[in-house]
Amino acid sequence: MLAYTVRRLWQMLPTMLGVVLLVFVLFNWVGGDPAYLLAGKMADAGSIANIRRQLGVDQPYYVQLWIFIKQIVTFDFGLSWATGEPVSQVMATRLGPSLAVLLPLTLMETLLGVALALALASVRGTLTDRLVMLACTVAMSVSILVYIIVFQYGLAYRLGWFPVQGWGGPQYVVLPVLIGLAVSLAPTLRLYRSFVLDEAGQDYVRTARAKGLGERRVMWVHVLRNAAIPIVTQVMSNLPALLIGAFLLERFFGIPGIGREVILAVERSDFPVIKAVTVYVAAATMVFNLLTDLLYQAIDPRVKLA
Amino acid sequence: MRAWRRLCADRVAMVALALLAAFLLLAALSAAGLVAADWEDEVGVSYAPPLFAGAMAASSVSSAAPAQALPDNPFDPLADDIRALRAQLASATATTGVARRATLPLGGDKWGHDVLKKTIKGGETSIVVGLVAALLAVAIGTVFGALSGYCGGVVDDFFNWFYSIFTAIPSVLMILAVAAVLQQKGVLTIVLILGLTGWTAPFRLIRAEYIKHKAREYVLAADAIGASHWRRMFHHILPNVSHVALVQLSILAVGFIKAEVILTFLGFGVPVGVVSWGSMLNEAQGELLLGRWWQLAAAATAMALLVTAFSLFTDALRDALDPKVKP
Repeated sequence: MLAYTVRRLWQMLPTMLGVVLLVFVLFNWVGGDPAYLLAGKMADAGSIANIRRQLGVDQPYYVQLWIFIKQIVTFDFGLSWATGEPVSQVMATRLGPSLAVLLPLTLMETLLGVALALALASVRGTLTDRLVMLACTVAMSVSILVYIIVFQYGLAYRLGWFPVQGWGGPQYVVLPVLIGLAVSLAPTLRLYRSFVLDEAGQDYVRTARAKGLGERRVMWVHVLRNAAIPIVTQVMSNLPALLIGAFLLERFFGIPGIGREVILAVERSDFPVIKAVTVYVAAATMVFNLLTDLLYQAIDPRVKLA
Repeated sequence: MRAWRRLCADRVAMVALALLAAFLLLAALSAAGLVAADWEDEVGVSYAPPLFAGAMAASSVSSAAPAQALPDNPFDPLADDIRALRAQLASATATTGVARRATLPLGGDKWGHDVLKKTIKGGETSIVVGLVAALLAVAIGTVFGALSGYCGGVVDDFFNWFYSIFTAIPSVLMILAVAAVLQQKGVLTIVLILGLTGWTAPFRLIRAEYIKHKAREYVLAADAIGASHWRRMFHHILPNVSHVALVQLSILAVGFIKAEVILTFLGFGVPVGVVSWGSMLNEAQGELLLGRWWQLAAAATAMALLVTAFSLFTDALRDALDPKVKP
């Protein structure tokens, strides 16, 4: 187990190096000279040279890459170009609000998705099943923007059930989570249903039925335990992406989270913030993939990590 | 051919295909300038309501009228100039003889553009961006996947490394990072952003197909009669795996149409002056607060219809092309 973990961590290095290289090439080479961006429209040669020296972009590329790697390892990306706030502080303070929306959303989405998928799988092939699947396809085709605009207008602005915007208490979390749930439930349900149906046709299910177990026990104990493997993979590997994925909710509702920060950074060409978020989210994605593989063993004793 | 016949037997797929074809035809006609070319004409009054909700027309017209007859401000030093300008404006409207209509088929926007024509024109942008970006992504994925799967060894290792980098960064973040770096906005930019970041899924599937196919007898036979590597890769194997690319193309096109709408909404997509469903939704957000719901409804309905038809068709296409369910 330990040997496996160490080897997997070792294998991450080339990928991580690739991510760092890709981000470096994007922002230091394709992105052009940041000095012109920072100095503003009325820049003289002296101030541009000054900014270039401060940022280290007058150095050769290999020195710049080394500076970038040092920044990543020491968690010190310097100051945000737009606000002058330290990037590490930006990341740390924006993580909380993002998680406050993300965790209840993921939890409710998974539980509801599993429950509905199991219920739907036990009536598979019927009219109900097909109608729900069609409804899911239609629900998935409506843009997330439309959900947010209509829900925010209808439930918050018109009916006044929730605050329209803002942050600062549990009441601000409810509507974003509800909208996130409305958007994500349809694709989740479709996916989980296919996972459950893959298992429901297996021999052990027939055996369980043959020995006289009730339908509920077959579905919720035997099938669920086996369908849990792809479901756990799905949930775990999606978590880091979700951190960014809620950017539309965060932007519409003014939640000071990571996703909104990225949008703001793109609008203001605040490269240090985007670089930092990209590198760390990529690292988190890889670590979560490893965690998922380790979790496999806990769920499925047949899996041997070699 | 058998796949096509299977597809024809599927009634849902046929309806979806007809709807999809109608959307593509409209987009093509609009691109050719035959339909909705004059969407920028200000044919209606500002926020003209849709025809079927005409009852509101009277109130909006009457509220517009007093604004016209605003009394002159006696302290305004420009009062004479403004009066002259107003007279000029009035005579201009009179000479062109175009009276602004109080209602439009699907309503009007702030400037009095016809929302129906605007939706068609916006659809053209969104559909073209989605399709071209999907073509680009599938082309990159297919070439990389073919090289990787066919050559194996070091080439395979390199492309797998490249693939692992792109999948480690969530696609949303990747798209936003590239959008931040490419400063200029434009239809080509957004096609490049989506196409260059979306090749991973086709790559993985095409690579797996090539690994499976390169040891098949027909490829060995092609080798025996002296076909070059290039010819075996793209002349012999590619037609046999093209169904994977086709399904991927249609999955990606749906995803990219959605992505373009979101990017444009945020202001990272098509430039100002080009209309797309994303820019329409952006305008509609503010209009909704004023109770003008028709632009939102038009753009949202058109997009939902297209995406539903496209998704249903994709599902049917996958079922028809999947050799596993062959009867």
